[in-house]
Amino acid sequence: MGILEVKDVNKRFGGLQALGNVNLSVAENSCHAIIGPNGAGKSTLLNVLIGKLIPDTGSVMFDGQSVLGRKPYEINQMGISRVFQTPEIFGDLTVLENMLIPIFASRDGAFRMHAIENTTSEKEVIEQAEHMLEELGMADKRHFHSASMSRGDKRRLEIGMCLSQNPRLLLLDEPTAGMARADTNNTIDLLKQIKEERDITIAIIEHDMHVVFSLAERITVLAQGSPLVEDTPDKIKGHPKVREAYLGETA
Amino acid sequence: MFGLDKKDTSLLILVAILTMLAPFILNPFPASSGLAQFNAGYPDLMQRFVIFGIFAIGFNILFGLTGYLSFGHAAFIGVGSYAAMWMFKLVGMNVLPALALSMVMSGLFAVVIGYISLRRSGIYFSILTLAFAMMSYALAYSVLATDMDGPDQQGLLQKGLTGGETGLQLTLQDPRVFGEQATADGNLPVPSLFGLEMRSSTELVMGDWVFTFSTGYYFCAVVMLLAFYLSIRIFRSPFGMMLRAIKSNQQRINYTGLNAKPYMLAAFVISGVYAGLAGGLMAAMDPLAGPERMFWTASGEVVLMTILGGVGTLIGPVLGAGLIKYMENILSKINSDILHTWFAFLPDGLEDFVVGMIYPFIGKGWHLTLGLIFMAVVIFLPGGLVEAGQRISRVFKGRKAPEGAKKSTTEPAE
Repeated sequence: MGILEVKDVNKRFGGLQALGNVNLSVAENSCHAIIGPNGAGKSTLLNVLIGKLIPDTGSVMFDGQSVLGRKPYEINQMGISRVFQTPEIFGDLTVLENMLIPIFASRDGAFRMHAIENTTSEKEVIEQAEHMLEELGMADKRHFHSASMSRGDKRRLEIGMCLSQNPRLLLLDEPTAGMARADTNNTIDLLKQIKEERDITIAIIEHDMHVVFSLAERITVLAQGSPLVEDTPDKIKGHPKVREAYLGETA
Repeated sequence: MFGLDKKDTSLLILVAILTMLAPFILNPFPASSGLAQFNAGYPDLMQRFVIFGIFAIGFNILFGLTGYLSFGHAAFIGVGSYAAMWMFKLVGMNVLPALALSMVMSGLFAVVIGYISLRRSGIYFSILTLAFAMMSYALAYSVLATDMDGPDQQGLLQKGLTGGETGLQLTLQDPRVFGEQATADGNLPVPSLFGLEMRSSTELVMGDWVFTFSTGYYFCAVVMLLAFYLSIRIFRSPFGMMLRAIKSNQQRINYTGLNAKPYMLAAFVISGVYAGLAGGLMAAMDPLAGPERMFWTASGEVVLMTILGGVGTLIGPVLGAGLIKYMENILSKINSDILHTWFAFLPDGLEDFVVGMIYPFIGKGWHLTLGLIFMAVVIFLPGGLVEAGQRISRVFKGRKAPEGAKKSTTEPAE
């Protein structure tokens, strides 16, 4: 039984069957990739996983609890962190402040962020944030205006912000989309490092095969809303059905 | 000092010195000179500077930090004024309980209005707050101004809760349980702080200069300093950082495990309480409250003040409030006769021409000047008067590439 269990999920938009009988099980502390050609239903599936879309039938369970119909902040509080396709960071804030917000949030809970600063606890939080930035190799950028950084740095910061909350599941939506090659490789290295150092489950939705094959332990191929194959990367590579789905021809 | 860093402490001290010395600073011209009409150092106007300063500081906590543009903040001014007036009528003329009730009532109003309005963001939020303010205006103007005593009685509620068009006034029949109904000589008592009358003042005559020190002004100034100090603390606190984060990226806030709603509501209520305090002070300086304080133009004025001074800066709103109130009171007093005396040295035809050119921008036309200044600030100084100050100080310090300028010129690499 995996940490994330998707059972018999169907979702229909008008006449379009976006997801048809999707079954998926993500094992704890693994890295599971979901790939598929454009229009395969990857984004719809992701939106179902984070509770943004409610499927017509089926269930999505995280660690034995249903995520369906929950608000984004409740899903985060269950231990799911999400990395977006375009890095979603606080562009008006400095890098250090960006890192402080999630740490304050996971410390103080829903509504205890003091209006008048409490210096002792604030110091601890700042220390934690500085430590996290050092781990990311961004300590020298702590006072940078975060919107002015490169896309790779923004992505690095976003992943760091998610990790600072010690999530159990990290959901990544095309984490290297629109990135230069060097930035893509940096991101891959960072994710590899995370996988080695932490007890964390990573679910990744990706287009770029280079990223998928360097990270994933299991891959689910989605085509026309349904899972086509699920297997290890080595087996997926030469799978005739996958080639067919991607190239649109019988192999 | 006071839990502030060095820069903020020096700002606070500077503001404290300026407000305490305002009667001197705002009175630079001798009483007999032709420029005396530009003096702003009289109590009535100075009080308005600091009261609207408080209003704008509070508004900036909402607009500057969260980016939510409320177009109905004048409603809280009105609520605060009426609450203070009822305290004067029922309890006594001490200003402290009156201000306390102003803040409590405006806070409660802000909870209700904020809870409903914050369900939407952007322009819809602005429209909702505007609608609430205009409803409050309508309530105060007519609905709550009907005779609630019954036709054959001349009681407290004869003109309703708000007094309608004429406003809510003190009368000799008001109970004032913990105070006197009338003074020894049969007049209406005046608002006071433990016997210190708000309207009392002392004059200092130095040569051709007359400086007026009014109790009311100093009371308001101290309240404003406290309000300013509190706003600095809020700006620098984790809560303030959180509000800026909400302004910056709501999506990320939601996926950081935080429910943004309670924070937004807290910011809305804090700024509502600031507005209520300003309204209470208005009633304390001049015990009269009318519905026109809640009209939408009053809500718009505070938006102008904040933008003119610098949105999201600490001192900006106070400067903006000062500039607008100065123009409203000084520029509007210049009439064509005064202009003719100024330009009397010119040949007749030219004099008429020059006066004719300037005339539309003064007197009742001061709004025109304000509009032009506002346009110039928005186009050339998006950071408001504070940005102007920064640019000037940069020229003096001779620094060429300041951090701020670098930030705005470095575009994200996307």
